[in-house]
Amino acid sequence: MNKPEIIVIDYGVGNLLSVQRGLEKCGAKVNLTSDPQKILEANRVVLPGVGAFSNAMKTLKNLGLTETLIELAKLKTPLLGICLGMQLLFEESEEFGITEGLGLIPGRVISVPNQTISGEKQKIPHIGWSSLYSPIMKDWSNTLLQNNKAGDCAYFVHSFMAMPSDSNNLIAECNYGGTKIAAVVGKDQITGCQFHPEKSGEVGLEILRNFCAD
Amino acid sequence: MSNIRLIARLDIKGPNLIKGIHLEGLRVMGLPNEFALKYYLQGADELIYMDCVASLYGRNNLSEIIMSAAKDIFVPMTVGGGIRTVDDATNVLRFGADKVAVNTAAVSNPKLITDIAQRFGSQCMVLSIEAKQVGHDQWEVYTDNGREHTGLDVIEWVKYGVSMGAGEILLTSVDKEGTRKGFDIALIRAVAAAVDVPLIASGGMGKPEDLLEVVNEANADAVAMADILHYNRAVIGDIRTLASNEGLSVRHYE
Repeated sequence: MNKPEIIVIDYGVGNLLSVQRGLEKCGAKVNLTSDPQKILEANRVVLPGVGAFSNAMKTLKNLGLTETLIELAKLKTPLLGICLGMQLLFEESEEFGITEGLGLIPGRVISVPNQTISGEKQKIPHIGWSSLYSPIMKDWSNTLLQNNKAGDCAYFVHSFMAMPSDSNNLIAECNYGGTKIAAVVGKDQITGCQFHPEKSGEVGLEILRNFCAD
Repeated sequence: MSNIRLIARLDIKGPNLIKGIHLEGLRVMGLPNEFALKYYLQGADELIYMDCVASLYGRNNLSEIIMSAAKDIFVPMTVGGGIRTVDDATNVLRFGADKVAVNTAAVSNPKLITDIAQRFGSQCMVLSIEAKQVGHDQWEVYTDNGREHTGLDVIEWVKYGVSMGAGEILLTSVDKEGTRKGFDIALIRAVAAAVDVPLIASGGMGKPEDLLEVVNEANADAVAMADILHYNRAVIGDIRTLASNEGLSVRHYE
């Protein structure tokens, strides 16, 4: 049996080795590339990311990859955005002024509030292990979370958060000081994780395993 | 507030995991990644790898150990010891680390803190501080694994380090390290009150109950555990259960 082959887009950001090792642990063969042609021919694609939204969009544009990713969505190729890679899927971000995103999922990216809902100061970035919950009336079967359950903890490091404008695109949330943060979003074959599945122990590996599976 | 993090700390010399008392008198425990994997499977929230002789030789020896750990371990890893330049940081991050801890080089060149934070984000830049008590509620910064004193006051230094871009503090009490006598509560409380960034308390955890004191009375955000785990005096699952039963918020782990 052939191992499922997965492309991890290498555009110079983040700890790609950990993403690669996580996918390999789940039985995938991983290629790192920024070649648009290879990405368009892939069975599955991961868009990682750490750093600033505007820098990442600029780099993707310079490499000709924004069109590639939009084309990939039309081809219905499964795509997983991780952390900043999840935020890039949205229409725009307010990080350092308004920057246009890929627009694959409707909504925008705003900063995580620096106060709890009761007005106490809270630390930014949101760093650490937070529990995943499903929004009301949301079923995780047929999503990458199908083997997870409410309360499972994942590892987050972020200062900005996505606000999907269509609640159908929201799969899981976490709670930070009373603010509900979009933890997993999805639309058609596209999924985004705000946390790092490759750093979230078995909980995260389950998600990657589902992404690797046919 | 985020969940309190339970972190396993691995001090390494050459190829070996070691453990000392007051960061001295090092005893070889075994292969670091055998311990690392055990702690990952016990549910460690993070791992810290410290190369304890790196500053002596000016290089970090951990790249291979980290690279091999990244095959099986899927929680955040911090690497410290001998990180002197942004290039050194780039290297260990490329080998699978998520954060770098800097002590000696930050003292001699504080701008390194800013350079690393600007390049990789402050969440990646952990300021490691080795503190020795020198008076009532007064502690001095030491470097080179507790060997060299700097004349710097710990509270002044931690404030300066955070203003330079440090996103997290790893605070080791040289007086308590390896003694199993509990954390230096006064030190940790003073540092937690001085800065807003997350604080990892290290040195002295002798029994699971010590965690309660350092969180409830000193406001630590995380604990780094070594001796208590290496000598099998407690497993992480039991510490987590105790914390949870006593009302601390910790990662839910099965």
